[in-house]
Amino acid sequence: MKLRDLAHSRTGDKGNTSNISVIAYRAEDYARLEAAVTVERVRHHLGALIQGEVVRYALPGLGALNFVLTRTLGGGVTRSLALDAHGKCLSSAILDLDI
Amino acid sequence: MKRVRLGTGAGYSGDRIEPAVELAEAGDIRYLVFECLAERTIALAQLAKRRDPSAGFDPLLTDRMMAVLPACRRNGITIITNMGAANPHAAGAAVSAVARSLGLGPLRVAIVTGDDVTEIIRARQDLTIEETGAPVSSLADSLVSANAYLGAEPIVRALKAGADIVITGRVADPSLFLAPLVHEFGWAADDWRLMGKGTLVGHLMECAGQVSGGYFADPGYKDVPNLARLGFPIAEVAADGAATITKVAGSGGLITGATCREQLLYEVHDPARYLTPDVAADFSGVSITEAGPDQVRVDGGGGAARPASLKVSLGYGDGYIGEGQISYAGPGALARARLACDIVAERLRIIGLPLRELRLDLIGVDAIHGPELSAAAPEPYEVRLRVAGRTHTLKDAERIGNEVEGLYTNGPAGGGGATKMAKEVIAVQSTLIPRELVNPQVHMMEVQP
Repeated sequence: MKLRDLAHSRTGDKGNTSNISVIAYRAEDYARLEAAVTVERVRHHLGALIQGEVVRYALPGLGALNFVLTRTLGGGVTRSLALDAHGKCLSSAILDLDI
Repeated sequence: MKRVRLGTGAGYSGDRIEPAVELAEAGDIRYLVFECLAERTIALAQLAKRRDPSAGFDPLLTDRMMAVLPACRRNGITIITNMGAANPHAAGAAVSAVARSLGLGPLRVAIVTGDDVTEIIRARQDLTIEETGAPVSSLADSLVSANAYLGAEPIVRALKAGADIVITGRVADPSLFLAPLVHEFGWAADDWRLMGKGTLVGHLMECAGQVSGGYFADPGYKDVPNLARLGFPIAEVAADGAATITKVAGSGGLITGATCREQLLYEVHDPARYLTPDVAADFSGVSITEAGPDQVRVDGGGGAARPASLKVSLGYGDGYIGEGQISYAGPGALARARLACDIVAERLRIIGLPLRELRLDLIGVDAIHGPELSAAAPEPYEVRLRVAGRTHTLKDAERIGNEVEGLYTNGPAGGGGATKMAKEVIAVQSTLIPRELVNPQVHMMEVQP
């Protein structure tokens, strides 16, 4: 099963830091997400796309996890050479995780 | 209990115009807020103002005001916007001209200034750049602009003085929405719980359609009706800070717990400490409940004391970017695109172009998520080569696109649709300055019919 079957996601950017939310469609799936979508798995999955640290914040009341990835956006949207300078497409990458 | 209804008229500078008109006409709102100022926009606006003292505000300001002012005047709706960008005074003059041309007066236009701290920053070169730890002085002559994020306070002052339209430069996005709540409910500026709850409302609303079904659809997983007629959000807020997020009946999009949860975490780092000039807001205990079709109840946010410092965006010249693209299609497209990629890389070496950074992407293959995540993907029918590089001069930046375009006659077979561009880069970093160095001011313009 893919993460996409259990959760949805949105990416935000502030400077060179990206945040990716992972939000359970159903509250009862949250515990499974919390166990499976770890910092290590996200780091491994996104690999070279992440240049800095990965921090995870858990929001059980919202059934959501929030991943904060530093030094991930080529210096930030104002100077990045990337086609997706905001890193907005990262949410779709994380939903491809196998659960 | 008293309730106030706020609508979002725009979530970025280029946003659609009609949803704001729909809100003004049929939203039963008291305030219409336009958030149109991205991180870098204000630095670009400062450059525009330097070239032309009457420029430097949002280019769509006049169009937006022409569209919404009649309904706003008819329905007693106050407008709050950061479309003043680098030149709120000129923006105020432009809005006054619109009002006069439509015969809509008298009205009061408040101008909020004081966010431009360029001279203060130049005098305080000991300040540290947040992203790099280097002193601000290291930017030296490349510094273009420095704008502090103001909070809700000067907007509250403008509303108290009877403003019908409030025009600001750099203000923290949620503060644009918090201000009318503070004004209407008489919330104390140091009631951190209420400041946190009002900031939560502002945060949910600030990107307009992003909470009402925009940027959400994923066919088969998350279906959204009628995105071409997306309705922008309305927040109905009670005096205790609890809010219902909704939209005009019959408009496109949808508002559900899921759309609100996605927007709640958008651009958030630590959800328990979302820092604005007004408060350290705490979103960690927020509850989101569906109360009906396109009605979501939001409650439970809180907050702690506001930061002692204000964040300042530093705009600075960071060289130039040159880019070129060309497409290949049909059998062997990927192999020809890869060959084209190798040729351009070799050409840039041969001509000895001084590059600070170079990036070679195959659009349709690995341009977005890189080569690792796309490794197992099937070969696409068509591929577009994109070459982007950072240079010290505009002339060098232009040579990157020229080398890509040169593939027409010098590269692999069947290349088509070459494009090129070169641009100056105004990048943004940030620093923190003591709050007391910043002095927000409100100027009132009276518009007679």
